[in-house]
Amino acid sequence: MKFILDAEQRLFGETLDKLLAQAGTPAVARDWAAGRPEPGLALWRSLAEAGLFAVAVPERAGGAGVLPVELVTAFHELGRHGVPGPYAETVATAVLLDRLSILAEGPAEGAAAVRRSGAAEGTPDAPSSFLAEGTAEAWLPGIAEGTVVASLALPPLVPYALDADVASVVLTVEGDELRTAAPGQVRESLDPARRLSPVVPGDVLAAGPEVAAAAGEARDLGTLACAAQLVGVGRRLLEVSVDYAGTRRQFGRPIGEFQAVKHHLANALVELEYARPLVHGAALAYGSPDFSREVSAAKAMASDAAYGAARIALQVHGAIGYTDEYDPSLLIRKARALRAAWGSPADHRARVMSALTGP
Amino acid sequence: MDLDLSSVEPFRAEVRAWLRAHVPAAPLPSLETEEGFAAHRAWERELHAAGLSVVSWPEEYGGRNATPLEWLVFEEEYYAAGAPGRVGQNGINLLAPTLFQHGTPEQLARVLPPMASGEVIWAQAWSEPGAGSDLASLRATATRVAGGWRLNGQKTWSSRAAFADRGFGPFRSDPEAGRHHGLTYLMFALDAEGLTRRPIGRIDGKPAFAELFFDDVFVPDHDVIGEPGSGWRVAMSTTGNERGLTLRSPGRFLAAADRLVELWHAYGDPADTALRDRVADAWIRARAYRLKGFETISRTEDAGAESSVNKIFWSELDVALHETALDLLGPDGELAGEWLEGYVFSLAGPIYAGTNEIQRNVIAERVLGLPRAGRP
Repeated sequence: MKFILDAEQRLFGETLDKLLAQAGTPAVARDWAAGRPEPGLALWRSLAEAGLFAVAVPERAGGAGVLPVELVTAFHELGRHGVPGPYAETVATAVLLDRLSILAEGPAEGAAAVRRSGAAEGTPDAPSSFLAEGTAEAWLPGIAEGTVVASLALPPLVPYALDADVASVVLTVEGDELRTAAPGQVRESLDPARRLSPVVPGDVLAAGPEVAAAAGEARDLGTLACAAQLVGVGRRLLEVSVDYAGTRRQFGRPIGEFQAVKHHLANALVELEYARPLVHGAALAYGSPDFSREVSAAKAMASDAAYGAARIALQVHGAIGYTDEYDPSLLIRKARALRAAWGSPADHRARVMSALTGP
Repeated sequence: MDLDLSSVEPFRAEVRAWLRAHVPAAPLPSLETEEGFAAHRAWERELHAAGLSVVSWPEEYGGRNATPLEWLVFEEEYYAAGAPGRVGQNGINLLAPTLFQHGTPEQLARVLPPMASGEVIWAQAWSEPGAGSDLASLRATATRVAGGWRLNGQKTWSSRAAFADRGFGPFRSDPEAGRHHGLTYLMFALDAEGLTRRPIGRIDGKPAFAELFFDDVFVPDHDVIGEPGSGWRVAMSTTGNERGLTLRSPGRFLAAADRLVELWHAYGDPADTALRDRVADAWIRARAYRLKGFETISRTEDAGAESSVNKIFWSELDVALHETALDLLGPDGELAGEWLEGYVFSLAGPIYAGTNEIQRNVIAERVLGLPRAGRP
């Protein structure tokens, strides 16, 4: 039992941190928000080269298989640096495609071949249908390399596709059908770097209870990534707020000397300190029957901790934090947006309770 | 990074089996009453006979050299089994770590074994009427005499002192020295000549603590812990235990949270999603506390001021958890019972061991590095 990151995992996080610190992420996010995705896509490819997507793509497609601890380590840094883009959605898509292609190529070849023939008609008795051969193979290596950007809607928890206007693949799962999706017009978000589109479902790619199960796993992994991102957002907001409170002077002294300010910041730290182990614990539960419950616990607390840190950051900064031009305000807005992304705290508390006591 | 607990499963199974066979079927009377105190003392004896009263201590003092992970597992099993509260906790969790750090071999050999068996129950005597959060302003004195010290003055809010056997705490031995200097850490008998104790009823009337009046109470030299004059440093080495994992292990909150979920299952109104969210939150936070504990014991460096982070978290979780239970019980929430006992106990958490406001100052200055304010 060693419940802290090992040396390699720490190094992975530090490498991404350095890469992102040099990338000027606030400017990248502002370009992204303004419909100029090129710098963001260049950063996407750099992160892929650093191994970001490899930790969600199977080995046969050029990845390292799902490494959940590395995944949350990476998303923590994405959060700390406010990186724009459908990262969680792409990771979730990779898992979804992988699961359905494994089923399609499963060992019971006869059964799989029968199942693969013909799309489902949507009736309960319709045979399951799986991804056409080569579908996952067309996308998964590209996801690992950073050349494929994917977006995904999983209504009702994830009703919009994030950054679908720049994605090369947009999918949706409704009920037990995986479909292609056509993104509608981008809706304005509080976080300007989150470009959300409603989706119009298109062709059925796969259908059956296996799709719903695979979508559940994809949803859990995306939610976990989002929870890790939230903790990172909260951490950075606490860091900048502590810096600000140590330098901003009023009444002839740094405002960080005042207990009212100190206590706000201490409270933010306490919540973040306990959200982190929940995220790590959920990552380690990947593959166990409790994974879904652990992810929901982590997302509920990470959402509250990061949003609490954002409110405190705003209050400690005063008016400057309420401006569009001040870079940390991008994170203040992101904390609010991510709080409800991949399910609100109430959604996830309900999921925890239903796992504990039955619906 | 891993959460592989398989190496401690045999230990867990052994502890679980023993507890299943020995935990009293009906809860003991409250340990804050004379009758309950005696019953809890007898339970400590039984635990000790099984080698389970102080698992993390060395064998020579009555322990079994359990690792920190085994200790966490012991605590999980202990509270999951609904075993009685630990009447000896102030000695075991606060004085013993101080002795391990600052005590002489003679003190360890003399003090620890009867502490482990429940034969001697200890009370902490730190606060004074004028020294609460501002502990360094304490005024009770220790005066040098032949062969020892004479104690004078008053201590108060001394937990368990109404029925305990001995006490420990810092006294001012050099009135000329600065606030944090000239203090000496001493152990004394609560029935010593010149010592008067007056039990104080806590908010529900039970005599959970006492005030102590010292009138030339003699303490021999061998009951001084550490060097005379170094009492502040000795005392502060205990606060990490009091605020950290040791005093309030994750096990107690995990068990309480599981019972809260059962209570929700039995009495909760499914339509009351606000209350359901609070139940979920208590469960989630107890899990977070458990995982944070695993994180803490995985680190090699000293957690230091981070124990203040811990103290805020468990004390607020304890209150929230019990408030939720009472709200769930509705009109029955005010009736005497285990949930109410736990609630009353929890209310003191944000106050003792350094108020949560003091902890927030400590976190802000020593963990976050914010500037210290000018203090008197």
